[in-house]
Amino acid sequence: MDDIQPSPTAEHEADLAPAADLGTMGTQLVDKESLAAREAINPAVAAGGAAAPGAPSRKGWRGAQLMPRITPKLIVGLVLVVGIVAFALIAPLFTQDPKFSGNPAFEPPNGDHILGTTKLGYDVFAQLAYGAKGSLQVGLIAGLIALSLSIVFGIVAGYVGGFTDEALSLVTNVMLVIPGLPLMIVIASYAQQRSMLLVALILGVTGWAGAAVVLRSQARSLRSRDYVAASKVAGEKSFRIIAVEILPNLLPLLAAQFIAAVVLAILGEAGLSYLGLGPNGVITWGTMLNEAQTGNALSAGAWWWFIPPGLMISAFGCGLSLINFSIDEIINPKLRSVPAAARSVRKAKKNKPLPTASSSRTAAAPTGTAR
Amino acid sequence: MKFYARRLAFYVITLWAAISLNFFIPRLLPGNPADIILAKMARNGEIPPGVEKTVRLLLGAESDQSMWEQYLQYWGNLFRGNLGVSVTKYPTPVTELIGQALPWTIGLVGLATIISVLIGVGLGAWAGWKRGTWVDNLVPGSTLLQSLPYFWVALLLAYLFSVQWQILPRIGAYDVFTFDEPEQSWAFVLSVLKHGTLPALTIVISAFGGWMLGMRNMMVSTLAEDYITTAEAKGLRPRRIFMTYAVRNAALPSIAGFGVALGFVVAGSIVMEQVFTYPGIGKLMITAVQGNDYPLMQGVFLVITIAVLSANLLMDLVYGFIDPRARTRG
Repeated sequence: MDDIQPSPTAEHEADLAPAADLGTMGTQLVDKESLAAREAINPAVAAGGAAAPGAPSRKGWRGAQLMPRITPKLIVGLVLVVGIVAFALIAPLFTQDPKFSGNPAFEPPNGDHILGTTKLGYDVFAQLAYGAKGSLQVGLIAGLIALSLSIVFGIVAGYVGGFTDEALSLVTNVMLVIPGLPLMIVIASYAQQRSMLLVALILGVTGWAGAAVVLRSQARSLRSRDYVAASKVAGEKSFRIIAVEILPNLLPLLAAQFIAAVVLAILGEAGLSYLGLGPNGVITWGTMLNEAQTGNALSAGAWWWFIPPGLMISAFGCGLSLINFSIDEIINPKLRSVPAAARSVRKAKKNKPLPTASSSRTAAAPTGTAR
Repeated sequence: MKFYARRLAFYVITLWAAISLNFFIPRLLPGNPADIILAKMARNGEIPPGVEKTVRLLLGAESDQSMWEQYLQYWGNLFRGNLGVSVTKYPTPVTELIGQALPWTIGLVGLATIISVLIGVGLGAWAGWKRGTWVDNLVPGSTLLQSLPYFWVALLLAYLFSVQWQILPRIGAYDVFTFDEPEQSWAFVLSVLKHGTLPALTIVISAFGGWMLGMRNMMVSTLAEDYITTAEAKGLRPRRIFMTYAVRNAALPSIAGFGVALGFVVAGSIVMEQVFTYPGIGKLMITAVQGNDYPLMQGVFLVITIAVLSANLLMDLVYGFIDPRARTRG
């Protein structure tokens, strides 16, 4: 297990609250403002409720319960993500120069060019490899920017409370409802020269609000925990409490939000680049699609030009989301325990039909395992 | 009442923020956008006399006015419904261009969103009800749908249905060779439906997975609540538990998230409209960006923002009505 998933939590065996604690916030569902966005999109967080009070046995390494279980979902996700990252790192070493135009144009996939060539004779496979590098870089940088902003606007707001909270939350909610892509388009179109960093900055600055809403509601509940109160009484500074007491407990959630931010940024970059507003002089999957559009790949029937980049974006996004699924199951144990309970009830019924089977045919009765 | 006042105040502030962003972004970015744009336009030929004034007014080039005066003037123009004059289609007012494009987008995006919500929430409720069975295995599949870039789905559909099989048209909102302009006839309606199928399909395919996943997870959580167990113990029919006990409660966050999700759909459809050359608001924005038509671009951004904000406000009011807890604790 350990060697498959690099665990950010491994070092913190000290004060890890049971994962179940993170789930309890959902009971505040009704707080409309914090409810708004993400919880519908990522109801794992909203779902909470009473999660296993007597959490799994505490034997052995305590951090173990913060590790994702090895499921087929997780394995597929990891294979996709690791595979594509490796492709981005290694493939450019072997491919042609992606801007070498000496090849015949509009060549379908063949022995020399496994993914064919573009209108200008560029090798599609080489472009795909360099594009992977570009897209992943943009996604990663934008994801980090978005994460930092959501920590400031989410966790600080939730922890400090009062006027600071009101002000920061207002900014968050404003950013949440202002449509992101049009705003990106407006900003990007004013900048004449767009470096990769600038595009990542635009994506990061417009994409943090959803995560901040989720983090804020979590931080608000952690604020009232005893161990936080104890640190406060001990005279710890707010900054230290946030960094040492709050953040480690939010690690699974932060990881999930970071992954979501990266997916969003890669999709956003693809959209911007497709419209011709992407980074200048860098190949990304988005710029490939842009060139395919302007080069009339559709009418020419050059499917090998526009299908691979989109497929890569989808596969990478899907892989990250699958990993996020596994993280969701840590944050909200109900997603795991309830279907398991339903399964065991059904199995029990099959073995020994109850006399009143007709009325409770689809019984959900969460038995011992769920509570 | 306090709840509604608070929400209303929030949207007024948001609108103010969006409009101010629109005003300040070009002025605070390094370089002087107005000069750059005027230089670009001069390269393509003579600049009509009115255009230079419009550009400078909108982008705040060196004029003798202070920033504050420009800001006030900008607001004054907005209140008079004056969004300036388009540069690429000089001298058509921006409002007129937007007025032509808006119905197409609202019709297409609105209809497609409603369809995808119905499909997604319906499937999600069913998948949540059937938790613990083989249906669980379908759930990860929905992530693939969510990771698909809208415009790529659009490209794919256009390639398959228009280029490969040639059964559906790819370009425009109606057959421009048969109809010079929109008219009221069945043939025209049919043409619109035919042209709208692929764009709508794009939105439905890309959007319903998110709804489904959200609803499914909420169903799973709701079904573990004590009142569900109580309902079962009372011997209620599963159908009744499903509809009146589980779905009604599980659907609440979906409704609350509707407004925000709409933002994503609008964003996705901007790029999608580019693929199908659909004459909606997104296509208009891209045309504006490509032609450096900043007055038009600012106007479109404003209209999109107002539309999304209104949808959010509407959903908030509806939400306050269907879930009274939101009003009392908001």
